[in-house]
Amino acid sequence: MHFITPLLPAYPELLLLAMVCVILVGDLFVTDDRRVVTYALTQAALIGCFLTTYLTAAVEPVTTFSGMFVDDLMADVLKLLTYLGVMVILVYSRPYLAARGMFRGEFFALVMFATLGMMVMISANHLLTLYLGLELLTLSLYAMVALQRDSAVATEAAMKYFVLGALASGMLLYGMSMLYGATGTLGIPQLADTILGGGARDVVLVFALVFVVAGLGFKLGAVPFHMWVPDVYHGAPTAVTVFIGSAPKLAAFAFIMRLLVQGLGAEQLLAEWQDMLILMAALSLAIGNVTAIAQTNLKRMLAYSTIGHMGFLLLGILSGDVVGYGAGMFYVVVYMLMNLGAFGMILLLSRAGFEAENLDDFKGLNQRSPWYAFLMLLLMFSMAGVPPTVGFYAKLSVLQAVISVGAGWSIPLAVFAVLFSLVGAYYYLRLVKLMYFDAPVDTAPIAPRMDVRVLLSLNGLFMLVFGIFPERLMWLCSYSIQVSL
Amino acid sequence: MLGFNLLNLAIWVPILAGAAVLATGSDRNAGAARVIALVGAVLGFAVTLPLYARFDSLAGGFQFITIKPWIETFNVNYHLGIDGVSLLLILLNSFTTVLIVIAGWEVIRERVAQYMAAFLFLSGIMNGVFCALDALLFYVFFEATLIPMFVIIGMWGGPNRVYAAFKFFLYTLAGSLLSLVALIYLYNVSDGSFSLLDYYRLPLALVPQVLIFIAFMTSFAVKVPMWPVHTWLPDAHVEAPTGGSVVLAAIMLKLGAYGFIRLSLPITPDASHALAGFVIALSLVAVVYIGLVALVQADLKKLIAYSSISHMGFVTLGIFIFNPLGLEGAVIQMISHGFISGALFLCVGVLYDRMHSRQIADYGGVANTMPVFAALFMLFAMANSGLPGTSGFVGEFMVILGAVRTSFWYAAAAATTLVFGAAYTLWMYKRVIFGAVANRHVAGLADLNGREFVVLGLLALAVLVMGVWPNPFAEVLHASVNDLLAHVAQSKLR
Repeated sequence: MHFITPLLPAYPELLLLAMVCVILVGDLFVTDDRRVVTYALTQAALIGCFLTTYLTAAVEPVTTFSGMFVDDLMADVLKLLTYLGVMVILVYSRPYLAARGMFRGEFFALVMFATLGMMVMISANHLLTLYLGLELLTLSLYAMVALQRDSAVATEAAMKYFVLGALASGMLLYGMSMLYGATGTLGIPQLADTILGGGARDVVLVFALVFVVAGLGFKLGAVPFHMWVPDVYHGAPTAVTVFIGSAPKLAAFAFIMRLLVQGLGAEQLLAEWQDMLILMAALSLAIGNVTAIAQTNLKRMLAYSTIGHMGFLLLGILSGDVVGYGAGMFYVVVYMLMNLGAFGMILLLSRAGFEAENLDDFKGLNQRSPWYAFLMLLLMFSMAGVPPTVGFYAKLSVLQAVISVGAGWSIPLAVFAVLFSLVGAYYYLRLVKLMYFDAPVDTAPIAPRMDVRVLLSLNGLFMLVFGIFPERLMWLCSYSIQVSL
Repeated sequence: MLGFNLLNLAIWVPILAGAAVLATGSDRNAGAARVIALVGAVLGFAVTLPLYARFDSLAGGFQFITIKPWIETFNVNYHLGIDGVSLLLILLNSFTTVLIVIAGWEVIRERVAQYMAAFLFLSGIMNGVFCALDALLFYVFFEATLIPMFVIIGMWGGPNRVYAAFKFFLYTLAGSLLSLVALIYLYNVSDGSFSLLDYYRLPLALVPQVLIFIAFMTSFAVKVPMWPVHTWLPDAHVEAPTGGSVVLAAIMLKLGAYGFIRLSLPITPDASHALAGFVIALSLVAVVYIGLVALVQADLKKLIAYSSISHMGFVTLGIFIFNPLGLEGAVIQMISHGFISGALFLCVGVLYDRMHSRQIADYGGVANTMPVFAALFMLFAMANSGLPGTSGFVGEFMVILGAVRTSFWYAAAAATTLVFGAAYTLWMYKRVIFGAVANRHVAGLADLNGREFVVLGLLALAVLVMGVWPNPFAEVLHASVNDLLAHVAQSKLR
């Protein structure tokens, strides 16, 4: 078996790939009323991946596939969280999918492929691997958005997503090809070495950087490359929206870390992309938060709020040091948890023939079910960054990273971010107001399945638990960044 | 293990009691919710009494110190400790919570468990603010108070409650976010510490000091509230349920003044001295101008709200004249105002529960139908206008005496409150209580029931005891106040 051992770092990916094939083929033999078998297999595959990653996790980075693939602690942590996220999403969306005839093998296969794409992105150590993972992820996402093929909104969203996504991929590829032209290599560590050694022309590198950052901005949904976000979030079936909005953000974070920090983190380039990210972060904070106020559709509101949150994430990354990257990772993890919970609520209130996607659908939730209203309250205050919820610590660590840079722009940028998080607080509060201060319009009973009930409760309570004891999660993020860079 | 510490109990007993109340669920179990809330509140007050008994009033510095690592990544500690100022405020807070639970006993009929739980949470969180010696812990508690109060105003408030709740939340959040930036800045310049005690020793140049002072001030001035950022308070008071108004006036406003004492003064002493004139000017505007504004109010709650702002002007004045008499007077005034404004809002609540109106014009001749109430209300009105022998006199007198030492004109301007305060309070009292019975609603009023009498009676007792014999309150302050002033007198410039 000695020829398999070198592939050890990629075992989770290989396992998942094998399982996708099993599910793709196996699903053909499963009738519609036994579809739960596919669902169970998918969950089992994810659990298997979780165990494999957990057991093979090591502090020392290991590479394989001739150095194109790396397995470090950051990758392990991000992957573990990705599996968790995907598993939770599948639980939340199961009733929703079943009620809309989307509880089919294709959905699960696409979810698994997308997950595989994310895992490859997270572990990429070579521009080609990175790109491969990204395309595997986004192509699966395009298909997932269009899964309800009779829905005009969904098809339009998928089209928009595809066209803009392809454009972004093109930019990214163009940037990468310039990097190759300037340095003669596509391996990320080699790229960094060549640049550090002064073996590349700065002009070409800066040009490449512009394209790369634009491509990243598209994938992340940061202003001014955010146009697709609201339409896709709104148009896609909620079960897909929650997927797009959560786990892929972890992968996008890894993408930025690999490409910008590990590949292009040399001092002269860092100063360049720092400036670009400052602009993108400031614009995202302003436009995301201000536009969210005008939304009446909750999914659109959360889409704009995502843009604002990506602004915060960028604040952490642009600090350009280990503290900042750790803060960014903490932010994106917390963001995923909050997003899962908030969309989980929308899925909870939706039922056959009814999408609870308007703000007014949350009216009087406290009278219908005080417990779920309380969970949503925690989620909203966490998104707004009010202590004692975990969202506050996410914002705190990012702001601390920005201020610790000590540059002339640090404190103005922090004040700017803080002011727009105040604007953000308004629309999160508005949802709390609808749930607590208004009388219910929709009075359908809320009786979710037991697994949804337990997971959603845990999800909401995590806001409070991590808000009171944030240490472990913070430490995990900053430590895994420290040992991986 | 957190270890046994009375301060832990003061914070967590009310919060755990609140969780227990919340667990009773819907209004079917309202009776159980009330009883658990009362037990929790009384227990919460009981655990704070040993604090007073064991407090060493001769020692300066902080007592009952607990320190446990909390967020090691940021070197944040769960660091608690109190001095005389915090001690009195904790006692006031826990005492008021008991009264609020009793006052809301029958008045609140909808979502009783949530109402009671919100106040218990609030009580524990505010005790946390008064105990925290770690800047981040302080900030977390300080901000966390917003959530229950937002819910209280929005759920059980008056017709315009949503507007008031949002205004309250966003105003206060806007202020405190800037102080968060200041705290993070301090964290960076102090080599990664969030301990307030480290900040006290930290040398700072004047410009950063001034900027930090301004950031803190936006946060605390909104909370106090100082003129001209006071406009959220009348709205919040008018719309909040009685209990909410009482907590707002009696405790929440003190968070701002406490912040000045605990953070602004010792961390940025030079900036405090440099900008004292500015703060004093704002305080005097509050005392004089807001006093005049109170005079023309037609709404009972609004009148008391403006009177609160005016009285809090005394507190900030006392803090920024930097002498022991002024600072002690300011703290005494905070406690006394807690009793008096709480009592006045409860009195208005008593009337409102019967008449469902807060307009002064709807009343008249209440003394004829509610003699016991009229007598108690009289005491509180007199205390509010600063009658000697009531607690209202002690603090104001000390602050005025302290102000004379700084400048005669400060004292002269501040002393006008004795005229305006008496004018708006007594005129309001006259219009509501005296005269002929105004209408058939007033004629049908029933006097205080036992529950209301207990609540107002306890407050009346407190007002009188503090007025006649303020020493038990003042003596725990001496050492702390002298300590603080000695610290503030030293320049941190290098």
